[in-house]
Amino acid sequence: MLGATVSIALVLLVLPLVAGWLGPAWVRTLGFAALYVMLALGLNIVVGFAGLLDLGYIAFYAVGAYTFALLGSPHLVQNFPAIAQLFPNGLHVPIWAAIPLGAAVAAGFGVLLGTPVLKLRGDYLAIVTLGFGEIIRIFLNNLNEPINLTNGPQGITLIDPVRIGELRFDRALSVAGLQLTSLQLYYYLFTVLALLCVLVCARLQDSRVGRAWMAIREDEIAAKAMGINVRNVKLLAFGLGATFGGVSGSLFAAFQGFVSPESFSLMESIIVLSMIVLGGLGHIPGVILGAVMLSVFPELLRHSVGPLQTQLFGRTLIDTEVLRMLLYGAALVVIMLYRPKGLWPAPQHGVAPSTITSTPTQASADS
Amino acid sequence: MLNVGGVSKRFGGLQALEEVGLHIERQQIYGLIGPNGAGKTTFFNVITGLVRPDAGHFELDGTAYEPTAVHRVAAAGIARTFQNIRLFADMTALENVMVGRHVRTHCGALASVLRTGTARREEEQIRQRSRELLQYVGISHLGHLQARTLSYGDQRRLEIARALATDPKLLALDEPAAGMNATEKTGLRRLLERIRSDGITILLIEHDVKLVMGLCDQVTVLDEGRVIKEGSPGQVQHDPAVIEAYLGRAHAPA
Repeated sequence: MLGATVSIALVLLVLPLVAGWLGPAWVRTLGFAALYVMLALGLNIVVGFAGLLDLGYIAFYAVGAYTFALLGSPHLVQNFPAIAQLFPNGLHVPIWAAIPLGAAVAAGFGVLLGTPVLKLRGDYLAIVTLGFGEIIRIFLNNLNEPINLTNGPQGITLIDPVRIGELRFDRALSVAGLQLTSLQLYYYLFTVLALLCVLVCARLQDSRVGRAWMAIREDEIAAKAMGINVRNVKLLAFGLGATFGGVSGSLFAAFQGFVSPESFSLMESIIVLSMIVLGGLGHIPGVILGAVMLSVFPELLRHSVGPLQTQLFGRTLIDTEVLRMLLYGAALVVIMLYRPKGLWPAPQHGVAPSTITSTPTQASADS
Repeated sequence: MLNVGGVSKRFGGLQALEEVGLHIERQQIYGLIGPNGAGKTTFFNVITGLVRPDAGHFELDGTAYEPTAVHRVAAAGIARTFQNIRLFADMTALENVMVGRHVRTHCGALASVLRTGTARREEEQIRQRSRELLQYVGISHLGHLQARTLSYGDQRRLEIARALATDPKLLALDEPAAGMNATEKTGLRRLLERIRSDGITILLIEHDVKLVMGLCDQVTVLDEGRVIKEGSPGQVQHDPAVIEAYLGRAHAPA
C-alpha cells in the first residue's frame, strides 16, 4: 500500500519533466488531464453516486471559469465605472478568494438547477440538464447587451495567472538547478488539487452521505421510507458536483488567461460524461482512468495521424478532429457491448451468490 | 399509540377509502385484513405518507402528525416494509440496514470528508447497531452478501431489520408472509412476537388468515374502502359481514 502510494507519487512528480523533453504541448496535455480528472470526479458524484443523469455539467465549469475571469481581469473595471471607482488598480482578487468564490457560485447554480428537476429522472432529467447547459452557454454568448457582463463571443481576456505568495505560475521557476516551466508548475498545482478531489470523493462515497446517494440510486421510494430526505440528498449531490466543476473552471480560466463561450459547448459535457462511463461509473479509479485516457488520446491522435497522413498521401485526408469523434463513438459502442460497466468497473458490493450455503433464491415469487 | 380517523381517498371515480380509521394500543400486533382491492395497501400508504389523503386526522404516540412526506413519517417513528420487497438490491445486507440508521444519525458531508472524530464514532455505531439488527432477525451470517442474492424469506427479514434500524415506535408490515413457506412463516411469527415483546407496536396487512388469527390482538376488516368490522380475531372470524365480504352472500349464516 505504502509502496504503491510512493511509486504513484514518484510517477506523478517525474511525468511533467519527461513530458518536458518531448515538448511543451505534452506538459499542457498532462495539465488538462488533471483538470479533466477533477471535472469527471465531480460529474461522477452526480451521475455515478446519486444516479442522476446530467448532460449539462459543463455549465458549472463555465460558471466557475467566468466567475474567476471576472474577478481576475480588467473586464469589470473597464465596463462598470462604479467598480472602477472602488478598485482604481483593478480587481485582481487573489486566488485563495477567487477559486472558492468560483466554486461557491457554481454550487449555487448547481442547487438552482437541482431544485426544479428533483422529481425528474432518467431521460427527462437528461433533457432538462442538457437544456440548462445550453442556456448557460447562450447567456455567456449574449450577455454583452444590455450590460456587458461576459463580453459575448469575444470572451474575457487578460485573466490573472495563479499567484501563491511570491510564486507566479506564469513564469518559469528554478528549483535546485531544475528549470520548471509555467506549464509544469500548473501541472503540479492541478495534480495536487485533483488528488485532493480524489480524497474528498473517496471519503464521501464511504460515508453516511454516500450510502444515502447509493440508496436513492437503487430505490428512491424505499430510501424515502427509510427517512432519507431525498430532496436534500439530491441537492447536495448537485451542489457538490457543481463545486468540483467550479474549482476546475476557475483553474482553467487562470491557466488559459482567456475564456470564451466556445470552450463550454454541449460536446464538452458529453466528453466528460463519456470519460466516466468509459472508465467505470461510480468507481473512482475507473473515472480517473477514463478522464486521463480521453484527454490524452486526442493529443496522441494529433501527433500521430496528422503527420502519418501527410507522409502517406502528401496531404491531410481526414481531419484529426473528425477522426477523434469517429473513434470516440466507436469506442463507446464497443465498451457498451463488451464492458457495459466500464473499463475498470466498481467492484460489486458483497460476495457473489456462488458462496451462499442457505436456501436458493426465489426472487420472482412476487405477490 | 396510533390513532387514525376519518381517512378518505378518491382516485378519480373510485372511492378507495371512505372514513376509515383505526386505533392501535401500545405493543399490540394489529391486523388489517380484507379481500383484494379492499383498500388495505392504500390505507397503509396513506398512514406512511406515500399517498396523500383527501381527509383524515393522524396521531402517533399522543402527537398529531401530517403524513405529507414519507421521510418525515419515518422520522416521526413509523417504519414500513413493502408488499413487493424493495431492498437496495446492489448493496450488501449490512449496508441496507446501515441506510436505515440514516434518519437517526446526523453526520453531514463536511464531517464525512474531514473524517472528524464524531464522524468516525458515529460510523462505528451505525455499523455496530446494524450488525446487532441482522443478528436480531436471524441473518447475521448473511451480512456480507449482496441483498439481491438472499433467499426470499431472508429478504423479508432483511427488510424488517432495515425498518427496525430507524428506531420505530410503530412497525408497519405489508404482507410480510407473502411467498413464504410454512417453516419461514413460523420463523416470521416468532420474530414478530419478539419484536412486540421488545416494546414495538406492529401494524400488519396479511392474507394468511391462520397467521393473522394466531398473532394479532386486534383486527380491522376493510371492504370496498370501508371498515366493516373491528374486534378481536375471534369476534371478526364469526362476523356475518366479514364472511360475506370474503365468501359472498350465499355462504353467510342466515
